[in-house]
Amino acid sequence: MTTLPRLKPEDKCFPNLDGSGDWGIKGYQKRGGYKGLKELLKTPQMQHIEKLKASSLRGRGGAGFPTGMKWSFMPQPKLDEKGKLIPLAKPSYLVCNADEGEPGTCKDRDILRYDPHTLVEGMIVGCYTLNAKVGYIYVRGEYYDESSHLQQAINEAYEAGFLGKNILGTGVDVDIHVHLGAGAYICGEETALLESLEGKKGQPRLKPPFPAGFGLYGCPTTINNVETIAQVPPILKNPTEWFTRWGRPGNSGTKIFSISGSVNKPGNVEAPMSIPLRELIDEYCGGVIGGWDNLQAIIPGGSSTPMLNPEQASRVLMDFDALKAEGTGLGTAAIVVMDKSVDVLRVMTRIAGFYHHESCGQCTPCREGVGWVHRLMERLSQGDGTIDELDQLFALTKKIEGRTICAFADGAMWPTQGTLKHFRHLFEERIKAKQSAA
Amino acid sequence: MPTIRTVQIDPNATHAAEVGQTPHALGLNLSWNKAEQEAVTRTLAKYPADRQRSAVIPLLHMAQRKCGGWLPVDAMQLVADTLSLPYIRVYEVATFYTMFNLKPVGKHHVQVCTNCACLIRGSDAIVSAVKDVSGIEHNGETSEDGTFTLTEVECLGACVAAPMMQIGTHYYTHLTADKTKEILQHLAKGGDPAKYADTAPTTEADPIHNGKYGA
Repeated sequence: MTTLPRLKPEDKCFPNLDGSGDWGIKGYQKRGGYKGLKELLKTPQMQHIEKLKASSLRGRGGAGFPTGMKWSFMPQPKLDEKGKLIPLAKPSYLVCNADEGEPGTCKDRDILRYDPHTLVEGMIVGCYTLNAKVGYIYVRGEYYDESSHLQQAINEAYEAGFLGKNILGTGVDVDIHVHLGAGAYICGEETALLESLEGKKGQPRLKPPFPAGFGLYGCPTTINNVETIAQVPPILKNPTEWFTRWGRPGNSGTKIFSISGSVNKPGNVEAPMSIPLRELIDEYCGGVIGGWDNLQAIIPGGSSTPMLNPEQASRVLMDFDALKAEGTGLGTAAIVVMDKSVDVLRVMTRIAGFYHHESCGQCTPCREGVGWVHRLMERLSQGDGTIDELDQLFALTKKIEGRTICAFADGAMWPTQGTLKHFRHLFEERIKAKQSAA
Repeated sequence: MPTIRTVQIDPNATHAAEVGQTPHALGLNLSWNKAEQEAVTRTLAKYPADRQRSAVIPLLHMAQRKCGGWLPVDAMQLVADTLSLPYIRVYEVATFYTMFNLKPVGKHHVQVCTNCACLIRGSDAIVSAVKDVSGIEHNGETSEDGTFTLTEVECLGACVAAPMMQIGTHYYTHLTADKTKEILQHLAKGGDPAKYADTAPTTEADPIHNGKYGA
């Protein structure tokens, strides 16, 4: 089997992801960071947005929305008849979503602690491109040690003149602030994050209006994941092909994959998009514990994405479109591997419990339904119930999915649907065993 | 949804006891000291002058640190008074977020992740090890000597280093039952929490009291 070449440091957006080098400003500059920043801040904003579109960068936070298109929704100042800039009516904001909480996902944590300047530089370029003078980085509250690294990186960038007023003499002003959350998965949903940043309960807003028109404090706002923002400077500094040479069309670039669970060497790795899942596990993570034949199931993109069975896992490519075609998704590219020793029903019940705990309580189908699904999963995974209830459980998930303000309930139902699809026989075996014992 | 803990108004009370409907202050008469007041000023400067409500969560973090790891109603009221907000606007935030503890916790709040990746890698053994060392029998309880509180928590985002736990601000990763016991015994003896921590925080920037720039 031929394998893709390993990325060299100069191919990567995050050369220090493994933490082997200095995460401070000196180490970052030695790796080429902040080089060419001045030129980026002098280039017309629309040129940056066009280049992002050409790179086909898609959001790394889970939804995979094209970043260039998202950024093009933000208002740009227009010229009046005399060619003078008409200032925008309201301030614009760039908000970075570092509220990483999807079970299995831990890539942003390593960016924050091992390469925080990639995010800082991304915020500077992003704020400039979107005409924002202020950017907020919303970090989950549990990442205290990690956010201390980020705050130090921000301090260093101010001292070096990369942040503040008139950056490097370009006339661009950018301030960025770290804002700690306090433990709520739902705040990773962009409008819930904005509510939380405004000092309220993190309950998602109805859309429309979308944040690009009415976001933070009612002003135009773009919200992007840490990895997305940090990938912007290298994309803009290099030729378009530097990024698009990796992956299939529409799924370009490099991506951080977090591989956890039953593998010999779990870890975060930056690899080309569209890499075969099996190659990622065998070549980068020392293989499945007990060998590939010992594989039971794989969650490909964080707990919300339905599982793959071994047959699917052995052929699927890790990108947005390939995983969608398998009925699941790339999500955050958080791969959770389960070998045959794992009680997969227990794991999926635990995941159902997670969504039960994290529902924000705003919409009735989710608030009541997610708990109902969890309780059914708890009972049925122990074999306490009837075969009919498996159909009832599936029907219930279909009555919750798509009937709420945000996508939380959908993401909460998909794993249960995936479990019923691939492991219905396990439920049935346990139910029958209990029945014959009784 | 958690309920705000209440007690009879007793100025000497250190532990909230009853769960009730109406939040009562403990009569602690809290105020920010000078260093905290400066941190409050730095925090408020991050947000537009007419949007100071944004500081609710950062100030609740400060108040929780001030009160030894939990939020008596008095602390919530201090935050509300600082921001000129009705108390309910702070109560509803304090009760929404998992990190705000509405009852006292032990000196070391041990939060063990038991979500998927940690479960697969053996978080059951970690929970048992914590119970063995601390004498705690159930999730959510505090040891009799007040040293440890055990909470099973949702994914803490260190899945590739599973199983893991958080104690205070630090992450402890790649755990085994023996390593967990060693860490807890080290802490019980008053050892430095950073010794076994996964990531050393920098001393230059304190995310709760806020860094020197970007304020």
